[in-house]
Amino acid sequence: MHARADAADTASNWPDEIFATLQRFDVRQVPYVPDAGHSKLINRVLDSSTMRGIPLTTEEEGVALLAGAWTGGQRGVLLMQSSGIGNCINMLSLIPILRFPFLTLVTMRGEWGEFNPWQVPMGSTTQGVFELSGVQVLRASNAAEVPTVLEAAAAQAYNALTPTAVLLSQRLIGAKVFAK
Amino acid sequence: MSKANLLDRRKVVSTLLANRKDVVAIGGLGASTNDICAAGDHARNFYLWGGMGGAAMIGLGLALAQPKLPVLVITGDGEMLMGMGSLATIGLQKPPNLSIVVLDNEAYGETGGQTSHTSAAADLVGVARACGIGDSRAVTTMAEVEAFAKAVHDVSAGPRFANVKIDSANLERILPIRDGTYIVNRIRGDLGFQPI
Repeated sequence: MHARADAADTASNWPDEIFATLQRFDVRQVPYVPDAGHSKLINRVLDSSTMRGIPLTTEEEGVALLAGAWTGGQRGVLLMQSSGIGNCINMLSLIPILRFPFLTLVTMRGEWGEFNPWQVPMGSTTQGVFELSGVQVLRASNAAEVPTVLEAAAAQAYNALTPTAVLLSQRLIGAKVFAK
Repeated sequence: MSKANLLDRRKVVSTLLANRKDVVAIGGLGASTNDICAAGDHARNFYLWGGMGGAAMIGLGLALAQPKLPVLVITGDGEMLMGMGSLATIGLQKPPNLSIVVLDNEAYGETGGQTSHTSAAADLVGVARACGIGDSRAVTTMAEVEAFAKAVHDVSAGPRFANVKIDSANLERILPIRDGTYIVNRIRGDLGFQPI
């Protein structure tokens, strides 16, 4: 079920590059709801001695967790897939109110060769929901641009307190293949 | 359900915070945040005026970031019910310095006193324990509140959870400050962090 259609980018090491950037920005808490597209990065985090991977039951928990982490002096990043933003909306109000650095990395579904129609409604409104909620959206569509986009996103989130979501497009992670 | 021995929420919270030392206290949306303020404003008080369901997770993030600091979340039954999954998340992480107290009046007191799920069916102590928070207590006496207040300072034996049955009296509102950025930066400053 984890098969991906786009072999070229799946074989590349873009999750390692994300991990390296997060490490350089001294990210310590990594709350996540798992997604196949994030699996390599999640494994790197769980193996790390400086980052703590924190599985959530729902994505909104991660927004509140990052507020607490910052109050206690630590940076974090929230990992989710595109449907997760729908579970976060009210909790996103904490970001402008408490003014903590917010960075989320979102693996996209519901676009680029999607097989499952149930992913499409939320996947196609992901960017709009973020923007309406005051979160700036950057996108990486191929492996080559991941490091630059991540660097810019982390810099503006942690240095300028600009709430930022990076959408990792389905073209990058590969459309999920449902083998019979 | 028996209505005997219901405790006074303000007495419960002032007892929890009476000898607070370095405790960071997080008040969940609703009367709980007012109760923390009524016990005395403090640089380490985190007053929530929104983000319903998020109090325990804010506590988890803070507890993981500051493992030597006792972190105490004080919230209501309605707020805890909305963030019930966070008990599973906390049960998995097991931060030894995190304590959670639910002030359970079995009602949504801020919105007209509509009964909550704890009035008839939901058992939050059972939920917390089943989620892996081994030290989960049903509190019905002030002596038990005092014992829990002492335990909060032991940052090696948590996480711990207490559900305190309180009466549903509507008390005078003591309104805490509501500028969230100020609240967070005041705590950060007291912990020794500089502004960005």
